[in-house]
Amino acid sequence: MTHASRAAAILAWLRRRGGALAIFALLIVVWEVGVRATGIKEYLLPPPSTVWTEFWKRHEIVAGGAWVTTQEILAGYALAIVVSIPLALAIAYSRFMEQAVYPVIVFLQIVPKIAIAPLFIIWFGFGFTPKLLLVFLLSFFPIVVSSIAGFKSADRDVMDFARTTGAGALKLFLKIRLPQALPQIFTGLKVGAALAATAAVVAEFVASDKGLGYLLLQYNGQLDTPMVFATIVILSLIGVMVYYAVEIVERIAIPWHVSQHESAQDATM
Amino acid sequence: MTLRVARDGAGAGAAPASAGAGEPEYVALAGVTKTYRRDGRETHALDAIDLSIRAGEFLAIVGPSGCGKSTLLRIVAGLHLGTSGETRVAGRIVDRPQTDLGIVFQSPVLLAWRTAIDNVLVQVELRGHDPRAYRDRAQKLLEQVGLGDFADRFPHELSGGMRQRVAIARALIHDAPLLLMDEPFGALDALTREQMRLDLEALWLATRKTVLFITHSIDEAVLLADRVVVMSPRPGRVERVFTPGLPRPRGLEARRAREFVDTTEAITDIFLARGVLHGAGRAGGAT
Repeated sequence: MTHASRAAAILAWLRRRGGALAIFALLIVVWEVGVRATGIKEYLLPPPSTVWTEFWKRHEIVAGGAWVTTQEILAGYALAIVVSIPLALAIAYSRFMEQAVYPVIVFLQIVPKIAIAPLFIIWFGFGFTPKLLLVFLLSFFPIVVSSIAGFKSADRDVMDFARTTGAGALKLFLKIRLPQALPQIFTGLKVGAALAATAAVVAEFVASDKGLGYLLLQYNGQLDTPMVFATIVILSLIGVMVYYAVEIVERIAIPWHVSQHESAQDATM
Repeated sequence: MTLRVARDGAGAGAAPASAGAGEPEYVALAGVTKTYRRDGRETHALDAIDLSIRAGEFLAIVGPSGCGKSTLLRIVAGLHLGTSGETRVAGRIVDRPQTDLGIVFQSPVLLAWRTAIDNVLVQVELRGHDPRAYRDRAQKLLEQVGLGDFADRFPHELSGGMRQRVAIARALIHDAPLLLMDEPFGALDALTREQMRLDLEALWLATRKTVLFITHSIDEAVLLADRVVVMSPRPGRVERVFTPGLPRPRGLEARRAREFVDTTEAITDIFLARGVLHGAGRAGGAT
């Protein structure tokens, strides 16, 4: 790669992301200047610089909490994937499962899952299990619902064409139904990933002695607002990282869909 | 196959829907009906269809939307079964999805995750053959349908007409004797449609497959087919059969031929009489 083409690539990236970056930077500057100019009390709204210095003083505590919360997110999310995709398969392919299990899932989806968190404490105590279960519960539904939609999405004409080839059910699944379902499965996975971080923090709010949710409540109680902000930022970063990890897997698994997406976006621009 | 000449001097002649004696019938429908039952109500989609297609013949069915012509194609493919009557392909009764055929639908139904050539090859993969053995043939077919340089493109990088060309190549790769086409050009713009019509005829002249071509375009049916079966509105019946004896290849000039004009007018009149078309623009009884 020549120097010029690398510069061109960076320029192209900047053109795409530059606007968002600039607005983000501007927000921080406005925040910093605004807080200093108006003299708002630090416990109400600390300037970004204070958030940073306070965070740096106690970054080891926050890192410890982040590690706990990350484990809860990853374990619960992994469990949700492992349970919901096979279940979606069963519901998509078995009439009995569709008639018996699917309505129950649709109904349970309406229940505000966060309201169940206190129950989990009664049942499973203050440890890792109730957090894992709440993360599982929140990310489970979007994954299972969109996976079912994905597995059922096969176009009638595609399947009619496939039937004229005499191919068996397994071959049809591997060559047509599964790839066809992947875009929707990934949509569910991304929604689930976004919910996983929320679920972990809520579970920690309800009862825990470690993790970012616990720290957040502690700092809040002490009116240590800079640290509240710092914790929220770290939490967001964890959520973003999980989300982008899924997106990277998506790019590897279904590049055809991603590029289709992007070329459609280019076309509208 | 020799060129068929119309029987009467006027051009378009009526012919029986079944092939003449002595010629091998590749597809034969005898008294095929189809009735759907939904919410306790019965819908007669097809009413006692007698129809046969000779080996190597290009047969078009033209009819209004909902006349059951697509159902008829699916019955020949074994994707639907008739309510009564008998369907035979190559002498065997059709009672399950047939595999010795190629099929093209109105939408190209390509697999979005496969390139053009891999979409052609999925036909042989699903049939349990090694796609590598068919790669050269697939490339040649893509060249034949004008997509030689697009083998590695994904469907979303192709135009509607190009996608349909891939679907046609996919229906030909395994060299089945029967080609079923269900309004294959229905979603294309008029110019692309005309080009596809010309190219399909050239392809058919080169391969001489038995073709069942469903369309709602009178022009297309007359320009492509050896015999044109006109179907009535629901319940679908064979209204009349025409044998446009236009010489092949029927290039763009065929549209100016007397035979073409007469036949399309005769078919239009049938649709006028049946209330499929109505309007003051045309006086009935042109022939």
